[in-house]
Amino acid sequence: MTAQPTDTSDSTPTPATKEHPEGERITGAQALIRSLEMEGVDTMFGYPGGCILPAYDPLLESSIRHVLVRHEQGAGHMAEGYAHVSGKPGVAMVTSGPAATNLVTPLMDAYMDSIPMVAITGQVPTAAIGSDAFQECDTVGITRSCTKHNELVMTSQSLPMAIRQAFHIATTGRPGPTLVDVPKDVLVGEMEWYWPTDEEVLASLPGYRPNMKGHPRMVKEAAKLILEAEQPVIYAGGGILKARAAEALAELVELTGIHVVTTLMARGAFPDDHELNLGMPGMHGNATAVTAMQKADLLIALGSRFDDRITGKVDAFAQNAKVIHVDIDPAEQGKVRRPDVPIVGDARLVIEEMIVQIRALLDSGVTQADTGAWKSKVSGWQEQFPMTYEPSEPGAALKPQFCIEQLRDHAPDKTIVASGVGQHQMFASQYWHFNDPYTWVNSGGLGTMGFSIPAAIGAKAAKPDSTVWAIDGDGCFQMTAQELVTASLEGLPIKVALLNNSYLGMVRQWQEMFYDERYSSVFLDSSALPDFVMMAESMGCAAIRVESPEEVGPAIEKANSINDRPVVVEFRTEAAEGVFPMVPAGASNDDVILHPTQQDRKEHLS
Amino acid sequence: MSRVRDYGSNTYPTTDLNHHILSVLVQNRPGVLARVSGLFARRGYNIYSLAVAPAEQEGMSRITIVVDLDSAPLEQVTKQLFKLIDVIKISELDPTHSVERELMIATVKAAGAARGEVQTLTQIFEGKIIAVSEDNLTLSLEGHPDKLDDFEELLDSYGIVELQRTGRVALPKLDRGARLRVAN
Ligand SMILES: Cc1ncc(C[n+]2csc(CCOP(=O)(O)OP(=O)(O)O)c2C)c(N)n1
Ligand SMILES: [Mg+2]
Repeated sequence: MTAQPTDTSDSTPTPATKEHPEGERITGAQALIRSLEMEGVDTMFGYPGGCILPAYDPLLESSIRHVLVRHEQGAGHMAEGYAHVSGKPGVAMVTSGPAATNLVTPLMDAYMDSIPMVAITGQVPTAAIGSDAFQECDTVGITRSCTKHNELVMTSQSLPMAIRQAFHIATTGRPGPTLVDVPKDVLVGEMEWYWPTDEEVLASLPGYRPNMKGHPRMVKEAAKLILEAEQPVIYAGGGILKARAAEALAELVELTGIHVVTTLMARGAFPDDHELNLGMPGMHGNATAVTAMQKADLLIALGSRFDDRITGKVDAFAQNAKVIHVDIDPAEQGKVRRPDVPIVGDARLVIEEMIVQIRALLDSGVTQADTGAWKSKVSGWQEQFPMTYEPSEPGAALKPQFCIEQLRDHAPDKTIVASGVGQHQMFASQYWHFNDPYTWVNSGGLGTMGFSIPAAIGAKAAKPDSTVWAIDGDGCFQMTAQELVTASLEGLPIKVALLNNSYLGMVRQWQEMFYDERYSSVFLDSSALPDFVMMAESMGCAAIRVESPEEVGPAIEKANSINDRPVVVEFRTEAAEGVFPMVPAGASNDDVILHPTQQDRKEHLS
Repeated sequence: MSRVRDYGSNTYPTTDLNHHILSVLVQNRPGVLARVSGLFARRGYNIYSLAVAPAEQEGMSRITIVVDLDSAPLEQVTKQLFKLIDVIKISELDPTHSVERELMIATVKAAGAARGEVQTLTQIFEGKIIAVSEDNLTLSLEGHPDKLDDFEELLDSYGIVELQRTGRVALPKLDRGARLRVAN
């Protein structure tokens, strides 16, 4: 089967306001689709049904490409993947009841990872609300705690404002998902077209004024601390990417020569190839990144939120460090760790101002403290404790780390990687070299299995010219693989590296380490069933199974050469492989467990 | 007055060191109360009492929340609250610099000799008798929550049949300038 782009896929520019005279009488459905066009939406992901039906009719004439998914969860994750790589809000549209509840997981995922996303859900007619009508559910009630904001629209006339508010809230401040619930009669009813101005939108949201610029006194204070620190570490989080602050961060690093750790959400925010990048910290971070944070005298947290996967046991985390915390969400300040210098603001604007202040101090004769001793200590750790694994024995299953290295080494520049959740996700984050922002798409906060395939499809829709690899596990694959049909039919040829270890590997690892190897409900037997090659082929993909190390490189090359349809490469990997280093949940980062071949020299990590 | 409080019953002291009053101005839109109470539930913050009514500005309501700070630091509570799009303003009212009022109505057993005693008690507290039956009296009392606590405790010995309190409402004191802190 060949991939065929649908005829709506060649998106034409958004129609200008002039084309739509104010006061024109149109239906709510037309107003909804027109509002999405006016917001600059070129692609949306969705699935029709009873209550949202009226909105699907004007879509036929719209410039918006609608990607028809196979499950509403897929639509949500595609919208997230689209947003991850483009920075534009992802849009998902589904019907009421079961479709809306199918969207809950991606909404929560987007909420946890601060992904801008707008969900449109159909709702039963206003008169039927509250009557347990067919496919009625309390969508705004259910999604209240997994959206930044949501709204039930009660009149056709208020649709344009509701859509403008949803986009404004989703994309400003700390980004996040918003949801607009639209009853069927609101779609069918007529309204007089108008497009609210920016001022009207702001005036309609008097309680919403995100603070963009950091407090000047605090930024000055931060600059001073940065120059005084002898063991400073920049703790870069996903906020760097949300704020488009990667360049500003690079400049700050060049100016100060301070090491950077990039969290799971910030991979790519600073190049892995840069000598000052220590890589990923946290539960499965590398020994140097974990230890450098632990021993720092100053942590410069930029768009990061002291997640428990980073801090380990909070009381034992970076005990001697002063903390500068830059975050646009005031509630993150002091939520976990009380900062010495809290700065509420947009990461890019704050970093730029920090740079100005540091330069001013340097110009006025202040000198930066000597970080030489610290730096040689850090490079000592790096030399002694590199990421490592043992190659597979001849004839044995593949090592997942080896597969990732090979994928990485064969990948064209700026390849986008989307991952599922589990061991394969950690291996991907550890072994890939991320050198460009917006090339890593993953579910960090919620840890949603099944994220990678739909997210990769969404990323491919946003960046059709980029190579997009989904790195998936056999467990994850079986949660959302049906979206490969979407990928085939919609002409979104992603590539899937399926690391098949026959297990829920991450859970298996915990049972191995913390439950005396008592394996309970983790064996998926996926070398027997399903036949992933047949399954992939049945969905219009090219499929390759790889079992020995020599086959790995050629299979990847072949996959990279296929661009007319999705490709699935199944790697049969070692079930007993563990992810290291590891800080057990709730333990102190000081008690990081190193790879078995390094554990005996752990005392050198101090 | 020496008082023995019964912490096991439903009589609690309302002026507790760990209770703080938040006066929250919100846009009066559908679901706004659910957003506020949902936030408290989700983040594990305890509400001691809650009173809601339209505020002086058109389209606005004021929610007076007494928060139990054993559950979370006040700063986190106000910051999380302020993230709700419908929340316009949050004032933290220090109990020593604000005026607080609450209304209670209670039906009390008051047959025979008890009747006169309950009546006297109500007079002393400047409450009102608002309904009368052979065996019971229904009383109302408005005032500072502490005063209501005391009254409730005294009534308890006669037997409270039913009791309803509104939860407190509060505004900053006018005199020496209330210490009014606005989040952000
Ligand atoms: C939806 C969902 N259910 C359960 C989990 C718990 N969980 C985390 S990792 C994991 C195993 C994932 O297995 P697989 O996709 O095969 O990846 P592997 O760890 O083997 O690489 C499970 C079950 C989860 N994160 N998400
Ligand atoms: Mg697996």
